[in-house]
Amino acid sequence: MSFDMKDLYQDVIVDHNRSPRNFGKLEDADLSLEGYNPLCGDRLTLYIKLNNDIINDISFDGSGCAISVASASLMTEAMKGKSTKEAESVFNDFHHLLTDEEPDLDLEKFGKLAALAGVRDYPSRIKCASLCWHTLNGLLDGSHNSISTE
Amino acid sequence: MTADTPVKPYDIGKVREDFPVLHQEINDHPLVYLDNGATAQKPRQVIEVLDKYYREYNSNIHRGVHSLSEKATGEYEAARNKIKNFINAGSLQEVILTSGTTASINLVAQTYGRANLKPGDEILITEMEHHSNIVPWQILCEQTGASLKVVPINDKGELIMEEYQALLSDRTRLVAVVHISNALGTINPVKEIIDLAHAKEIPVLLDGAQAVPHCPVDVVALDCDFYCFSAHKLFGPTGTGVLYGKQALLEAMPPWQGGGDMIRTVRFNETTYNDLPYKFEAGTPHIAGVIGTGAAIDYVTAIGMENIAHYEADLLAYGSEALSHIDGLTQVGTAKNKAGIMSFVMDGIHPHDIGTILDQHGVAIRTGHHCAMPVMERYSIPATARASLALYNTRDDIDALVEALQNARKVFA
Ligand SMILES: Cc1ncc(COP(=O)(O)O)c(C=O)c1O
Repeated sequence: MSFDMKDLYQDVIVDHNRSPRNFGKLEDADLSLEGYNPLCGDRLTLYIKLNNDIINDISFDGSGCAISVASASLMTEAMKGKSTKEAESVFNDFHHLLTDEEPDLDLEKFGKLAALAGVRDYPSRIKCASLCWHTLNGLLDGSHNSISTE
Repeated sequence: MTADTPVKPYDIGKVREDFPVLHQEINDHPLVYLDNGATAQKPRQVIEVLDKYYREYNSNIHRGVHSLSEKATGEYEAARNKIKNFINAGSLQEVILTSGTTASINLVAQTYGRANLKPGDEILITEMEHHSNIVPWQILCEQTGASLKVVPINDKGELIMEEYQALLSDRTRLVAVVHISNALGTINPVKEIIDLAHAKEIPVLLDGAQAVPHCPVDVVALDCDFYCFSAHKLFGPTGTGVLYGKQALLEAMPPWQGGGDMIRTVRFNETTYNDLPYKFEAGTPHIAGVIGTGAAIDYVTAIGMENIAHYEADLLAYGSEALSHIDGLTQVGTAKNKAGIMSFVMDGIHPHDIGTILDQHGVAIRTGHHCAMPVMERYSIPATARASLALYNTRDDIDALVEALQNARKVFA
């Protein structure tokens, strides 16, 4: 394997880690949920504002590694304005991208989220990238008080 | 301790040759193993002993008249004797073989603790304990109505001894303290801690998981009541460990787990227990593991624990100095009296990312809370990166660490 850290820490990820988008508590949020990764201590809270089943606004706060923060930042960008159904479908696609043995590597449909595809090669880090997604999923199906990756 | 033994440098090249794992490439870089606090690598002298047991005389112990069983029993008990000499225990009865530090502490909590604690009693621990020296006491407190008191640490990661003295009360029934902190590297003033507790007739348990691989330990000179450690951090196999206890305390303690080997006679209306140390050793143990522990002790003893401590202290000084020149790096745990554990955080780079980037340079470190969440809380950090040294590490290893850390800074620049 050739050493290229850039596969994992692409510019997009470094940038979204340094200046995360949609960062901070959403004061008039309809729903919020905390996600926690006990292994590395990543702790994110996700806030959303729904209009019927459209995600009108979404934000997060908390702290974590570059992968989890950038993933949350990219996710909130991608989810704004989406319906909950669309959100669920992106969640599923993204999950397959990170964990399937032979994923459909047509990265076009992922837009900026494709920057996270490199995480595939770092199994111990997949939980970091998926923390925010599991949290969103838990928020939308309303069945959890908090989300833990363990 | 053998303070009058002159320190002799050992042949580091030869020592490194003894550890097969060290000679490989990880991600196209020579492996630099700096995660010894989690577990240490094994010399071929240990690996060969395990191999020999399984190839030549695998059999159960204390149960057979056949030759293999006699050989296995002999080697097993010989290992107990090596452990006894290694920590200078007074007798073989005082050396209980367990599955590790965690099991040793739980054993004391569930036998000594349950027999002696009642509501209103206190157990005194410190803010820098590993979870395995916190949770067993919390469970005991729930069972007995006793409560847990915690001695705080200062910003350098040193115990605040005035607070310790103030917390040692008429209600304190046991003090349980880590000898060397796995998260901070602090070497605690255990002799002083023990003397102060004994002045009030309070017994002291030491968690020696991180101490035994790095410095001489003499349980008689320390006068500790219990001492716990794991073989796997001492270059031996996983799944074996030791509980040293003073004989009078162990005699008075009820057994923990029931089963084979720990009994003398079993009848349905009455069972009598075996003598020490077997009273606390129910079931078939990790026989190869214990024999391998004996080999690990032979190995470090041949080098000399004083020499190892001296070598590592020099390497720690070199490493701490090197880390202090990295911009944006803050060391966590800067006690005056410190062992070869360097915990740190870096501005703008989460420890988890540091760990991944270092691994791409072949440098293995640990990142996370190190099973010491209260320590992380004390410093208001979610995690640290931790490089921990062993007798086979070199200045080249430190240089590789520093170079990889500089690279991490570039990735996030
Ligand atoms: C200070 C300390 N105590 C206890 C333990 C637990 O040891 P083990 O997991 O071998 O039982 C460790 C190991 O991680 C440790 O570093």
